[in-house]
Amino acid sequence: MTTRFFGAPVKRNEDRKLLTGQALFIDDVELPGMLHAAFLRSQVAHARIKQIDVSAALQRKGVIAVYTAEDLGAYWQPGPLLVPPPPVPGIVFNLRSHVPLAKDVVRCAGEPLAIVVAESRYIAEDALDDISVDLEMLPAVVDLEKALEKGATYVHPGLGTNVAAHVRQSKGDYRSAAAKAHLTLKRRFRYEHGISSPIETRGVVAQWDARAEHLTVWDTTQAPVFVRNGLAAALGLGEGQVRVIAPFVGGGFGPKIMMLYPEEATLPWIAMRLNRPVKWIEDRYEHFVATTHERGQIHDAEIALTRDGRILGVKDVFLHDNGAYNPYGLTVPINSQCTLLGPYVIPAYDSTFTSVFTNLPIVTPYRGAGRQHGVFVIERLLDLAAYELGIDPAEIRRRNLIPKDAFPYKNEIIYQDFAPLEYDSGDYEPVLDKALEAIGYADFVSTEQPKLRAQGRAVGISIACYVEGTGIGPYEGAKVQVRANGKVSVATGIGTQGQGHFTSFAQIVADQLGVDVTDVDIVTGDTDRFYWGAGTFASRGAVVAGNAVSEASQAVRKKALKLASDAFECAEEDLVLADGKVSIVGIPEKFIRLGELAQRANPMRGAVKPGTEPGLESTQYFGPPSGSTANGVHAAIIEVDAATYELKILRYVVVHDCGTVINPMILEGQIHGGVAQGIGNAFYEKLAFDEQGQLLNASLADYLLPTSLEVPRMELDHTVTPSPLNPLGIKGAGEAGAIPVGPLFAQAIEDALQLKQRGIELLEIPLSPSRVFELVQERHREGGGT
Amino acid sequence: MQVDRHEIALSVNGTSYRREVESRMLLSDFLRHELMLAGTHVGCEHGVCGACTVLLDGAPVRSCLMFAVQADGHELATIEGLASQAGLHPIQQAMHDHHGLQCGYCTPGILMTMTAFLAENPAPTEAEVREALSGNLCRCTGYQNIVDAMLAAAKAMRESAP
Repeated sequence: MTTRFFGAPVKRNEDRKLLTGQALFIDDVELPGMLHAAFLRSQVAHARIKQIDVSAALQRKGVIAVYTAEDLGAYWQPGPLLVPPPPVPGIVFNLRSHVPLAKDVVRCAGEPLAIVVAESRYIAEDALDDISVDLEMLPAVVDLEKALEKGATYVHPGLGTNVAAHVRQSKGDYRSAAAKAHLTLKRRFRYEHGISSPIETRGVVAQWDARAEHLTVWDTTQAPVFVRNGLAAALGLGEGQVRVIAPFVGGGFGPKIMMLYPEEATLPWIAMRLNRPVKWIEDRYEHFVATTHERGQIHDAEIALTRDGRILGVKDVFLHDNGAYNPYGLTVPINSQCTLLGPYVIPAYDSTFTSVFTNLPIVTPYRGAGRQHGVFVIERLLDLAAYELGIDPAEIRRRNLIPKDAFPYKNEIIYQDFAPLEYDSGDYEPVLDKALEAIGYADFVSTEQPKLRAQGRAVGISIACYVEGTGIGPYEGAKVQVRANGKVSVATGIGTQGQGHFTSFAQIVADQLGVDVTDVDIVTGDTDRFYWGAGTFASRGAVVAGNAVSEASQAVRKKALKLASDAFECAEEDLVLADGKVSIVGIPEKFIRLGELAQRANPMRGAVKPGTEPGLESTQYFGPPSGSTANGVHAAIIEVDAATYELKILRYVVVHDCGTVINPMILEGQIHGGVAQGIGNAFYEKLAFDEQGQLLNASLADYLLPTSLEVPRMELDHTVTPSPLNPLGIKGAGEAGAIPVGPLFAQAIEDALQLKQRGIELLEIPLSPSRVFELVQERHREGGGT
Repeated sequence: MQVDRHEIALSVNGTSYRREVESRMLLSDFLRHELMLAGTHVGCEHGVCGACTVLLDGAPVRSCLMFAVQADGHELATIEGLASQAGLHPIQQAMHDHHGLQCGYCTPGILMTMTAFLAENPAPTEAEVREALSGNLCRCTGYQNIVDAMLAAAKAMRESAP
C-alpha cells in the first residue's frame, strides 16, 4: 500500500460547498408548514415563580401555542446525567440536572420559562412580550466562597448545601515532600474560561411524520447519536423512529455536546403534539445565557521544590463553579485536577476540589475543558519558583520534564475517561528545545531584551508547557462501502464542526483502497446513516473515528483483493490495488475496477458463500483502552505599552507532538484556532456577572472575541511520538492550541513590565489592560513597587 | 400590531425580484428565508460579527442591520453569485488553497467583505488585509490562513488582470 494521501496537506473536500454558500446549516432547513419557536427566558438569576400568565400571548394573531412547565405534564423531567462521576474513593457527587422549562424556581438568568410557537419568528418574539411573569426574587449565589459559607442561600435547598461534588485524589505523600523541601510557595490563583461563542449559535428543527411515526431532528449537536438515544427514551419512541441529523455545524468547541438542552428536549415534543415542523434558532443574546459556559475556579496551590528547582510535590485545593445544574458530571474539574500535573515529574500530589452550585448558567467543557485551569496553576508556580531560586524559567521546566525512558508514565490518579491517568508515550525535551530555538530564547534574553529595555520598550518573553489527554473512548465506528460507480462512501457516528473530517477520513480510506481522495464521500452526524457512536469531543475524532475508518477500509481492501484473486484465479499477493482498480503485478492491462468488484460482490445469481457478506463494504469499530496524551510548548514575545497596558504579540511559537499526523494543513488550522481562542481567554474575554447573577456583557460588542488585529502570525513546528494505543499512532490535537495561552501571557507581561521585581504577580486569567493597570495601582497604594 | 407591508424591487446577483415585505423584515431574513439565498449567514444580529455581510451597490453592508425595504431599488451581491460558470472566484480558490476556512460559517461574510476590499485595494499589505478583515469574526481559524489567502488572491487577480 502506498501512502499518497495520509500525512499530506491535502486540500479539503468540504470546502467547495462552504465557499459557495451551498452547505446546509441548521437555519437553512426549510420545511412546508414550518412553525417557529421562541423562548421566554428568566431575566433574573434566582426567583420563585409565582405565576406565568400566557393568555395575552395566545390571543396574538399567528400564535399557535404557548407552553410552560405545567403544560409539559409528564414529559417534564430533569435531564439525564451525561457523564457519571469517576470511580474515585470517597467521592461526593450531588446530581441536580437541568429541566426543560423552569418550574416553581428559576436558578439562573436565561433559564427558559415558556415557549411560544407561532407562524413566524417575528410573531413568536412579539408574543414573548405578551407573557406576564410574576417572580419573587431570591438572593443569588454568585461568589464561590460565599456559596459555601454558613447561612448561604442554597441553589437547591433540598440538598442543604451548595456542594455539588467533592473529590480528593493524591499520589505520594505531600506532607513529607514539603518537609524535605528547600522552598515551598503557596499562592491563590483564579482562572476563568469564557464562552465558546461559535459564529453559528445553536438551533433545532423537529419534524414529526405521523403516518410513518417517525421523528426527524436537525440539531447543531456534536453528539447526534446520544441526542437520538436521549430523545427516543424521553419521548417513548424506539431509536429507529428517531433520526438526528447534525448538518454542517458552524463551530462547536464543546458546548454543543451538552444535551438535552431545553430546546432540544422540547422542540421534538412540540412537533409531535402539533404535527407540524418547528424551528428554533438561538439568537446571539440568548447564546450568552442559554448555551453552557466554562467559567472559573479558585485554586489555593502550594509547590515544594529542592534547591535546584526539582519539584518534590504539589498540593492544590480548589473551588469549581459548576453553575446552577451539573448534568455534565465532573469532566471539567477532573481535567483541571489531572492536567495540572503537566509534563513534569511530580512525585507527590494532593489535590482536592469542591464543585459548587451557583445561580449562573451551567458549566460544561469548552475547548480545553478545565485543562487550562490546571496548566495555569502549575506553570505559574514554576515561574514563581524559578524567580525565587534564581533559575531561568525555561531551565526549571527542563529539569522537571518526564524523561523519555519513563513512558508509559503512570500518574496514579483517575482521568475523566475513568482510566488511570497514564501518559502513553512522549519525548518532551526536544519539544522544549525546538520551541526555545524557534523563539531565539537565549539570544533574546541575553542580547535583544536588554537592548529593547535600553530603548524604553517593555518587551517580555515567555514559555509554557502542557500535556493534553486526548482521544478517549468509549468507541466510534465507521462503515466503508465501495459503490458500483467505483466511488467510496464512508459513514461515521460523530458530528463535524469544521475539523476537516470530510478530508482526513477520506485520506485514510484513499490510501487503503487506492482511490483518489476526492472519490471518497464522508457522512458524519446522521444517525440513519450510522447508528452507533459517541460524538466529537475531547480531541477524539481523528483518534477514535479515524482508527475505525482505517479498520473498516482495511477490511474492504481485503475483500476487494479476495474477490479479484477469485476472478483472476491468482494469489492475492500477486495483485496490486491502485488507481481505483485491482491489477495483476507486472500486467497492468489485466485489471478489474473497484466498482465492478462491488457489483460482483452483490450477484444477481449464484450464491453468496457461507461466512461471507454481500457488497464490498465493512463496518468496524475502534475503542482505545485509554486516552493518548499529546504535549507541546508555546513561546511568545510580547510588547506591552507601559502607559496603556495594551499589548502586541511580536512572536508566537507552537511546537507540538500529537503523534502521527493525518493532514498537517488541517492540524495547523486546529492549532491556529486554538491559540486564537486562548488569546481571547487570556486577555480579552471575560463573562462579567454582577452580584445578582446578571451577565453584564451579553453581546459581541461587549464580550470581545479576538479579531485579525489581535491574533498574530504563528510559527508552528512539531515532533512525532506515535501513540501505542491505536494502530494509526494518532493523538488528538483539537484543544492543544488553547490550553497554555493564559500562563504564557501572564509570564510575558510580568517579564515585559518587570512586575516581579516590583512585587506584582499575575495570578489570574483573564487579564486585560485595565486589570493589569488595577493590579499595578493596588501595589502602588500598598506602598510597594514603583 | 398593524402589519405594515411594502412592495420592493431589487436585484440580487443580477436577478430581479419583486416582493411584498413587512417593513420590519431584516434584509438578512429576506435574503435567506424569502429569496431562499441561505448562503448569507447570520451570526449575531447586532452588526458585530460580519457573517451576514453582502454587497449593496458594490459596498459591503451588514444585512442584519438593514431592513429589506431599505434595499428597494438597489443591486445586491451575495455569496451565491461569487463563483461563475468558469469556476471559483480567485478569493474562493485562495481560501481553499490556504485552508482559510474550517466550519465555514463566517466564510460567506468574509468573502463578500474582502471582495469589496480587494476591488478597492488590489495590492494590500498584510497589515491592510488584517485591518480590512477585522470587522469579521472567525472563531475557528485564528485568521492567519485567511490573511494568507487574501494576499494570494490579490496577487492572482493582479496577475490575471488585463
